[in-house]
Amino acid sequence: MEKIGSVKSYSIGFGMAIIFTLAAFLTVTSGWFSQGAAIAIISLLAVVQLIVQLVFFLHLGRDKVKWKASAFYTMLLILILIVGGSLWIMYNLDYNMMSSDAMEQYMLEESKKGF
Amino acid sequence: MSQAERAAEAEQTQTKYLGFWIYLMTDCILFASVFATYIVLRENTFGGPGGGELFDMPFVLIQTLLLLTSSFVCGLALLAARARKKAAVIGWLIATFIFGAAFLVLELSEFIKLIGEGHGWQASAFLSSFFTLVGLHGAHIAVGLLWLVVIVWQIMRLGFTAGTTRRLTLFSLFWHFLDVIWICIFTIVYLMGVL
Repeated sequence: MEKIGSVKSYSIGFGMAIIFTLAAFLTVTSGWFSQGAAIAIISLLAVVQLIVQLVFFLHLGRDKVKWKASAFYTMLLILILIVGGSLWIMYNLDYNMMSSDAMEQYMLEESKKGF
Repeated sequence: MSQAERAAEAEQTQTKYLGFWIYLMTDCILFASVFATYIVLRENTFGGPGGGELFDMPFVLIQTLLLLTSSFVCGLALLAARARKKAAVIGWLIATFIFGAAFLVLELSEFIKLIGEGHGWQASAFLSSFFTLVGLHGAHIAVGLLWLVVIVWQIMRLGFTAGTTRRLTLFSLFWHFLDVIWICIFTIVYLMGVL
């Protein structure tokens, strides 16, 4: 039988999940941060929250069995390839197949940014 | 039950656990593809409003807290099942169902509001991908709620057999997994959408 944790470990996980959710929510709604900083903060909070959930709720890495973690890391590799690859390809496609109007607009915006 | 039967049952439980875990991992890949589609299409609003104007953040926060609570309570049900406390298990599972159902009702009311205001899935590529992603998660929740009803009914009738405890364990994995997916939706779709 796999390990399922205790009331204590579930409560810690739940408490941390609530805190990270509220922190991410405040980061966006308070308007204290610039857009770039806010995106970085909520991405970081989401990653930490995902790790908390995987460890405290899904018990990843706490089992005696090894296949759970290996299946997870295989999935993670495929996931990164799919999401990363799609975004990379689509961004390039978007850039290379711009209409002449859109290109003009794009160059105008880029030139405003200066060097 | 003989020693051999017990060993065979333990092995069957392990096999089903492995099978279900692999299903969850492939479901993650399915969600990853839909996430990638959403991120690519999110700017293409066809002249309509984007996420910033459409999303009601306090509403989504309540949804998130409901789902997190449902997931936590489901864990408590699993712990009670290990302690063989039948009444507690059924109580916690009903609470899991109520929080989960409340989440789904809020999600559907958001969809109905969006469609009623003319921002249905056919309005733009952004909305198509939004409804596909969030709707796919909602469909999983709906199936999970149905599964939960069956588990409660089985535990009431059969008590704690190898089958019912195994199903409850697998259900808890499924429910926590949907929580993980929702965290990604909350961050990528809603929080980044209103920035």
